[in-house]
Parts: sequence; structure tokens; C-alpha cells
Amino acid sequence: MSVELKPLTGRIDDVGGLVSLEAYREAGGYEAARRALTEMTPGEVQEIVKEANLRGRGGAGFPTGVKWSFVPDVEGRKYLVCNGDEMEPGTFKDRYLLEYDPHLLVEGMLIASYAIGADQAYVFLRGEYHEPYRQLDAAIRAAREAGLLGDGIFGTSYALSLDIHRSGGRYICGEETALLNALEGKRANPRTKPPFPPASGAWGRPTIVNNIETLCNVPGILSHGAEWYQDLGIGEDSGTKLYGVSGRVNNPGLWELPIGTTIREIIEVHAGGMMEGYRLRGILPGGASTDFLVEEHLDLPMDYGSIQAAGSRMGTGTMILMDDSVCPVGISLNLQHFFAQESCGFCTPCREGLPWLEQVLADIEAGRGEPGDLELLDKNAAFIGAPGNTFCLHATGAIEPLQSALKYFREDFEEHLATGRCKYRDVMPVQESAG
Amino acid sequence: MSEVEFIEVLSNEEIDLIEEAASHVPDRPSAAIEALQIVQEKRGWISDQSIGAIARLLGMSAAELDSIATFYNLIFRQPVGRHVVMVCDSVSCYVMGCDNLRVAVEDSIGVKPGETTADDRFTLLPIVCLGACDRAPAMMIDDQLFGPVKADDLPGILEQFE
Ligand SMILES: Cc1cc2nc3c(=O)[nH]c(=O)nc-3n(C[C@H](O)[C@H](O)[C@H](O)COP(=O)(O)O)c2cc1C
Ligand code: SF4
Ligand code: FES
Repeated sequence: MSVELKPLTGRIDDVGGLVSLEAYREAGGYEAARRALTEMTPGEVQEIVKEANLRGRGGAGFPTGVKWSFVPDVEGRKYLVCNGDEMEPGTFKDRYLLEYDPHLLVEGMLIASYAIGADQAYVFLRGEYHEPYRQLDAAIRAAREAGLLGDGIFGTSYALSLDIHRSGGRYICGEETALLNALEGKRANPRTKPPFPPASGAWGRPTIVNNIETLCNVPGILSHGAEWYQDLGIGEDSGTKLYGVSGRVNNPGLWELPIGTTIREIIEVHAGGMMEGYRLRGILPGGASTDFLVEEHLDLPMDYGSIQAAGSRMGTGTMILMDDSVCPVGISLNLQHFFAQESCGFCTPCREGLPWLEQVLADIEAGRGEPGDLELLDKNAAFIGAPGNTFCLHATGAIEPLQSALKYFREDFEEHLATGRCKYRDVMPVQESAG
Repeated sequence: MSEVEFIEVLSNEEIDLIEEAASHVPDRPSAAIEALQIVQEKRGWISDQSIGAIARLLGMSAAELDSIATFYNLIFRQPVGRHVVMVCDSVSCYVMGCDNLRVAVEDSIGVKPGETTADDRFTLLPIVCLGACDRAPAMMIDDQLFGPVKADDLPGILEQFE
């Protein structure tokens, strides 16, 4: 029952914790993969995923079935790579899926690999994810032993091997072409596109990169059909979404809800509203690299189109709330510190520009700002963030929260310049960053 | 040094694990990051000698392997203490007071980020979002995650790591 309404987390709710292979199979697990491999052609699997309108949950929202169809029909090795880097600050959704229902990912990857003709799949997992690694590793071993991976799966001639690559760190590894370089044991600099990974990816072979949550949606679509999946969503988008809230709310956490649930419902009903004595001021709707939204946006549905129309991105769907005890300049400095530190250093506007932005913000925050600083920030942020001026979207993502903070919280920046001090510090002393 | 001596820096167990990792990728240098992790797991960090030995085993130059090792922040090219304490400094934890937590950790163990205690018990490092933002402020010691951590919780947490 709950699995039909909550295909990603319903099993976890039913079992009340980690879903073992037995529990997963008892709940109908691996039957979708069996049907795909024994009764459907790879093309038919692609078609149903396309029809379901599953869109990438890694941040960009690209239609998954369409991406799969870009894999050329050529002989030789093809790869499926699952992006389990989850390093976007404020994001903690993929961790949950791996820690509690790792077989859902294994089955999703089995179906996806079959659909694109891959015989080797990898999960690229961030290095700090120790518990998710233990659970996924155990699940892969159990699946191998049960004949769900390896040669001749379900008595067919299809074979798949699935391995985990544990990352050595760095946010840029999440960018799909940087990820492929890391997977190949190299430095994680992004690659020139085109060629795009479906044409030439890991070791120069056709490769599909998909997020963990994206792949976890696949078994449900195969079990219940494209129409069922479309009907799960409230607005234009299909399916459910793992939404998260962090910050000063009564009940921070993660919930699987129909995609298109409003921001207000997520914050007020599921996250239990703001803690007493704190007022909501800003929302980073989908991780650190998305533009701030404010109170007037609370009634927007959290779907790709609505959030984009409001000038931001749904991103990973895990939102970070800024309350009225948090300094907008301080949070902007924190964000730029992250992006400057995580620049891979490949192109100049990002390598030189982001630390410069960080320094200007640090000066303003410390009361050393100068007249004209804000206009200078506006101008340079626009230059650094313009797609095309940098090699990958890291710099663009870095600029989004800054430009929106300068827009929505400008009076706070101006007050720092005018008074040479931070009034938030007077209320809640924060230590000078040692970094 | 001869080739044999270079490889002998690695234990048989390390070599077996690296060979196993190399069998999952199309060519040996592609296992570079796994190999670094395998050796670090055993020795705590990656010395110049380890770089030379791993590079030789995988058929690549030491300079190339070193440029890879230094790119990744979870590969330690300097010795670290018996336990690595990482306090998240990303945005959700910032909102929930990670600066105060970091200062409390500094005061408890007596070192600043990037430093190791004199008894080699702890190395303190900053870390980006640990994917535990609903439990902010979060920190990790070795492979264990803690959060939300209040300053009062610290003594009880730290004493688990001798
Ligand atoms: C700087 C940067 C970091 C990224 N980090 C991640 C990540 O941690 N996880 C992820 O799934 N996608 C991440 N992405 C998006 C990936 O490049 C890619 O679009 C995604 O993995 C595709 O999967 P999907 O279509 O299933 O969403 C990142 C992109 C950029 C530019
Ligand atoms: S934009 Fe930044 S992260 Fe992306 S390639 Fe350029 S330097 Fe590297
Ligand atoms: S921001 Fe600290 S765990 Fe995510």
C-alpha cells in the first residue's frame, strides 16, 4: 500500500528501518527487474521511463528516458554510472536511500543498465559516506549471491557487474564529467562538452550518469506503469520527490511527497514550522547553489518549472532556511568560502574570481567594506556566473545565492557598509573563521 | 632503488587489495584513487615512499600519482593523528552554529584546524557538508557521524576515541 504512494520510502516505513534483501523481495522487490529483463526489450524500458516523464533528481532535471535514448547502438562496452557524490551543501536525501533501502538502488541500476545495454555499472560514492557504503556494499554482495547480479540474470543471457568507487573528496566530483575523470583515477577536472557522456564517457565509451534518487524511481515505474507515475505528481511534473528541510525548524528532516507540494506545506506541516522566536527570512530551495527565495514564494509548488519561474532552481529539493538570527552577509560569505575552496582551478574566472568575492564579503562582514563594494560585487558576480565564461557550471552555481542575497537582503549589506559592524554578531556572537 | 624494492614497501595484503581494485577497471592507473585509499586505510596517511610504491605497482609515474593524491582532500599527504575529527563548516551547519561547535572542539582538544594534538590522538580538519544537515551542527570522527552536537556532548563523544 504505502509503496504505491511512496515508491521511494514506503518500504522503509513498512519495515521500520533497514530493508533487507528478504524484506525487499517480500514487498515485490526485483520483480520489476525480472519483468524488464525477461519480457521487455531495452527500447521498451526506455520508452516507459520516457513516458513516465521521470526527470533527473541530481539537480538539473533532465528527462531520464530521453538521456538514455542518446546512447548509440554500438558494439562494445557501455557504462552506467550512478552519481552518489551528494556534496551539495544542505543535501542529505541520497544518504537516506542508501542507508535504509540499498536494494532499491541496485534494482534501479539493474533495470537502467539493461535499458542502455551496459554490462558494467559503478556507484560513485562520496568518501565520507561510511554507513551508506556499508549498506550498499552488503546489498551488492547479497544481490550477487542471489544471482541478481553477475552472469545470466533471471535465466537470461544478460550479465551485469556492479562496483562501488569511493571518492577521494571534492565537490567538483559531482559534476558528471569531472566524476568520470575521478572514476578513471584522474584529477577531477570537468571535460569539454561535447562530446557528452552518452556518446563518449567513462574510458571513452558510451556512459549514462544518473543520480541515486533518479535511479531509485525506476523500479516503481516498471512495476506500476507510466500513468501511475504521472498521477503521483501534483502539477506538471511526475512522481514523488524527497524533500528536505534544514535550519531552525521544529522538525528538520526528509519526506517523500508528491512532486509539486508547496514550499509552505513542506516547511509548516512536515518540518513543523519555524522554532519559536525565529522568523523565516530566506530559503535556498535546492541546496547551496540555488538562488534565495523569500516569504512571498512560500505558496509556490516545489517543481522544476515553478521554482525556475521564480528565478531559482529546485536543485536537489532539500531546502536550507535562513532565519532572522542569521546574517545575510555572513551566510553569503560562508557560501562563497565553500565555492572558492571547491573550485577545481581549471579556469580563471572561477579560480581567481570566487576567492576575490569571498574576500570582499569577508571585508564587508568584518566592517572593512567600502562604498561601491556592492556595485562591484554585482558586476563581477554577473561576469563570473555567466554561463560560457567558465568551463563548467560550478561558478554559475556559486553566483546564484550571492546575486539573490544582494537582491533580497541588500539593506543588510548596506547597513554593514554604513555602520562598519554586524548587528547579528551583537545578538549572537560568532567566532572569526579560522579557515 | 630497484623495482622490487619499491614494491616491497607495500605489504602483501595491500598489494592483493590493490590488484583486486585494479581488476574492476579497464587499466591499472584507473585504480589510483582506490590504491591510495587502501594504503591510507592501513597506514593513516600517504608518504612519498608510498606514492613511489603505488605508482610503480600501477605502472604510472610518481609525479602523476602525486598530482592526483594532492587533488583529493580525503587523501592525506601528511601524517595525521590516530583519530581525525572533522567539523562541518557548510551552510546548514553555519545556520545552526558550527562556528561555536568548532571553537568548543578546539578548546577541548587544544588544537586549531589543520593541527594534530601533541599525543597524536586527534587531528582537527574542516569538512564540507556531511549530508547530515537535518542533524546540524554535524561532525565526524573517523567513520562515525555525530549530530546535532552541543558543546556539552563533546566530552562524552571524544572519550570514545582513545
Ligand atoms: C558543481 C556540480 C556538482 C554536482 N554535484 C552533483 C552531485 O553531488 N550529485 C548529483 O547527482 N549530481 C550532481 N551534479 C549534477 C550532475 O552533473 C548531473 O547532472 C547529474 O548527476 C545527472 O543525473 P540526473 O540526470 O539523474 O539528475 C553536479 C553538477 C555540478 C555542476
Ligand atoms: S568553473 Fe570552476 S570548477 Fe568548473 S572547470 Fe572552471 S575552475 Fe573548475
Ligand atoms: S551543512 Fe553540515 S552536514 Fe550539511
